[in-house]
Amino acid sequence: MSIGIVTRRAAILAGFGAAGTLIWNVNNITSSSSFTHVYQTVEEWTRISQRALLRTGGGLAPEYAEADISPTFKANGTFDPGGDEYKAHVAQNFVNWRLTIDGLVDHPLSLSLADLRKLPSRTQITKHDCVEGWTAIGKWTGVQLGLLLKAAGLAPNARYAIFHCADNLDGEPAKGGEQSPGQYYESIDLIDAFHPQTLIAYNLNGKPLAVGNGAPLRLRVERQLGYKQAKYLQRIEITDSFKHVAGGLGGYWEDRGYEWYAGI
Amino acid sequence: MPQPDLVTTDPIATASGGKTRGLLRWLRRRFGTNDNKELFYRHRLPVRLTHWINALCILFLIGSGLNIFNAHPRLYWGKYGADAEAPFFSLDAVDQDSGTQGVTQIGRWHINTTGFLGWSKDGGEYVARGWPNWLTIPSTQDLADARHWHFLFAWILVLNGLIYLCWSLLSRHLGKDILPTRSDIRAIPHSIIEHIRLRHPTGDAAKRYNPLQRLAYLGIILLISLMVLTGLTMSPAFNAIFPWLLDVFGGRQSARSIHFLCAFSIVLFVVVHLIEVVLAGPINEIRSMLTGIYVVPKDHES
Repeated sequence: MSIGIVTRRAAILAGFGAAGTLIWNVNNITSSSSFTHVYQTVEEWTRISQRALLRTGGGLAPEYAEADISPTFKANGTFDPGGDEYKAHVAQNFVNWRLTIDGLVDHPLSLSLADLRKLPSRTQITKHDCVEGWTAIGKWTGVQLGLLLKAAGLAPNARYAIFHCADNLDGEPAKGGEQSPGQYYESIDLIDAFHPQTLIAYNLNGKPLAVGNGAPLRLRVERQLGYKQAKYLQRIEITDSFKHVAGGLGGYWEDRGYEWYAGI
Repeated sequence: MPQPDLVTTDPIATASGGKTRGLLRWLRRRFGTNDNKELFYRHRLPVRLTHWINALCILFLIGSGLNIFNAHPRLYWGKYGADAEAPFFSLDAVDQDSGTQGVTQIGRWHINTTGFLGWSKDGGEYVARGWPNWLTIPSTQDLADARHWHFLFAWILVLNGLIYLCWSLLSRHLGKDILPTRSDIRAIPHSIIEHIRLRHPTGDAAKRYNPLQRLAYLGIILLISLMVLTGLTMSPAFNAIFPWLLDVFGGRQSARSIHFLCAFSIVLFVVVHLIEVVLAGPINEIRSMLTGIYVVPKDHES
């Protein structure tokens, strides 16, 4: 019997010792590589469980009424990409802006804003949830990304759409402290790429996108957080991996420690 | 010398047989002073295990939650809310003629909380941050890492909570020990007076949760459930799974605010809980949550 009690006492002490060590060293553990493995596993659980649940229902992000639209749609991240090239586009009302779709596609595309506006459009009033915690509701109009990808024709090994943007947000060091390229980019998988609410948006609240909101083109991925909604879109690259771009984690903020799957 | 009277009225204690009786014998030898101490098997193993896991989760979730809050230290009511909307609660750094001040705003009230809320020292320098570094996990302001801790412990909290709830329903712990009975509800005023007078139940009455305990434990179960639901309501993917949750809580910003208010209520619960542990006899109370064995306080008249 005494053995049972000794092991029970040892178990209690070990449990509290481990918890105490965890709390005492929480700042060091946060920056350790083993913690990276832990939170990447957690991100996988979240992605797999949310995707499984999304399959059971309609899977559409809620859409709102005109009356619910935020009076001001907050701009965040890049407020103006600046630079001579972008300034020239602004001055010309983006008539020479082109969106290219290339990579693992049968028919690479290069589309002007006028081309995109001629295509069938979708308008949706959705909420934009920033990872920081705030919410803005806006009415987006644009072309379903799925339509463009069908036109381009995906190769059998296509897995991801990588969005290359015109804005450079350097200044924020990458995870671990080293400076990596600050060019904004994002990536999504084909489940979200072909989702009916995933748009290449050109209008916000019935007007062409303002510079602060991503003029002239912005991605809408309505079941993920704000940092996935890449602005100033120039190029969509279809790939089987995103490891070759910048920090290799699939996005500007992902390279800085944020989750690639931003469903929560 | 009379032998201590061992009472194991708890059916689980009797059913689990030798092991518990052995522990009781050992405790009697170790702590017994032969003054007729009545030892009682108060907390069963699943309660004890889930209690401590839950405690660790709440510590990490509050700490990382405060760090996440600092990324946008304002609370709104309704479907949307950002810089252009008026918050009902905020922790801001405001520039004044006399220098920067930390200002805590609650509705129309503005309170100077420099050094604590809104504007506090981090790494020797004053910085704009809602909650100070000694309250957040990690200490440094880092939304990405705070979210990692938050979701890790959110998963553990949910799994631990589901195990607790399933066990509590199957073992009838919830129905028998936690849910207040009719007589518990009638005894609430009396129980309040007893708590104010810092008198705790003795004898047989100490072997069951008193009316206020039942309400408090039921309340914390409901609060944590609300916490999980409002947390999920902030998830854009979850909004596509159960859109009605947004309507239940009045929109995403309301859900975020309720999430915060529930966290605040949980902190209040923990404070009262710990005060009660100290008042009721910390050694006996903590030991009972570690080993299950509780020394029943003797009746006043005996």
